[in-house]
Amino acid sequence: MKLRALFVASALLAIASGASTAELRAAAGPAREDSRSEAKEQVEFGIKVAQSGLWKEAAYRWEKAVKLDPTYGAAWNNLAIAYEQQGNFDKAREAYEKAVELEPKNLLFRQNYDLFKEINDRAKRRRDR
Amino acid sequence: MTARNAAAIASALVLSGTLGCTSFYEIPIETPIQPKMDVSMFQRVLIAGFISGGTEDVDANLETVRLLRSQLRSRSSLRVIEAEALRLAELAREARTEPAPPPSPGGAADGQQIAPVPQLPQQAQPPSDQDPIKIRNEKDLERYSSIFADVAFWKKIGEEYQGPLIITGTVLFSPLATAGYVPVEREYFDPLGRRRVMQQRQYQERKGFTLQPKLIYIDGRTGATLYSETLREEVLYPAQTNTPALSSYFELMDKLIPSFLNTLSMQKIRGTRVLVK
Repeated sequence: MKLRALFVASALLAIASGASTAELRAAAGPAREDSRSEAKEQVEFGIKVAQSGLWKEAAYRWEKAVKLDPTYGAAWNNLAIAYEQQGNFDKAREAYEKAVELEPKNLLFRQNYDLFKEINDRAKRRRDR
Repeated sequence: MTARNAAAIASALVLSGTLGCTSFYEIPIETPIQPKMDVSMFQRVLIAGFISGGTEDVDANLETVRLLRSQLRSRSSLRVIEAEALRLAELAREARTEPAPPPSPGGAADGQQIAPVPQLPQQAQPPSDQDPIKIRNEKDLERYSSIFADVAFWKKIGEEYQGPLIITGTVLFSPLATAGYVPVEREYFDPLGRRRVMQQRQYQERKGFTLQPKLIYIDGRTGATLYSETLREEVLYPAQTNTPALSSYFELMDKLIPSFLNTLSMQKIRGTRVLVK
């Protein structure tokens, strides 16, 4: 509890001083840094296997990454793509929304989400017709 | 979709500058679109035939039967039954001239008749046997469409082929003519000799075709309608071009086929997404 309060206080201090994301992460302490770097490893491995067409394995890696660091926008974005590729549209939408929520200014996440929505809406229109 | 993808890729490249050290990887994906209908209980499909109308340049019944069969053969897991296409308009007319049985109170007598055959109003009766069948518009089609609700008729057809999924319906392929302002691109060379393209609006008379199939999916075991959908596409060309009706028919069908296939089987839409590190 004490540790958590300390972390929040240091993060607030960092925000007040106009710190960058990296600095904020640094302020969060080594534990958080560790989980981000572990998550990053999972994300990188996931990208490699996705490029080989192994989407199930990639989804597993990115699921692991978002568990390790739920604030990692790229992991949510990639996970959304894997869900989309597998036809799991509800989960894909949730993951895209999470990615966009975490990094609203990231145009790549926004673009992926827009393309997903276009296909999903078109399929819905066909079904309703 | 292709133009959109190209724009997406182009913007992704532009973004690379703005995102600084962010590593990203463009990756092709195939998004599976679930079928609109569950056809898991059928192993076979019969494209029975269509009531067709509009232009007489194309036999829309035969062409639609042939095209849908060939599409299903290569892009669906259902086995396609090869049979002669039914002349449904003629069958509908014959059915009308036969004395109808007295209507049973409460509709379904045997518990299987889901939609009782509606009694057509006097003015909508199909023409007599002596007249050649001429179907020009939707109103003409309506005269014959009671055949789709004839559960006994479809059940009998189904029994002949061991209860397959039956696909039938109507196809209206009609000529279309219109006139109005359309956007055109004009090419010119500026004073420095560079080629430029300018958007303009020009008054044009155009002609083409409209294709409106109504596809009805019937359970061959019960004769009941499972699902139906109406699709519509049109194509217009400048009035001076002479495009054969058959090639317009295929051009329009090309646009409608994905929707038809997606009713019965899962389709995959190709696209690209950007993975980010």
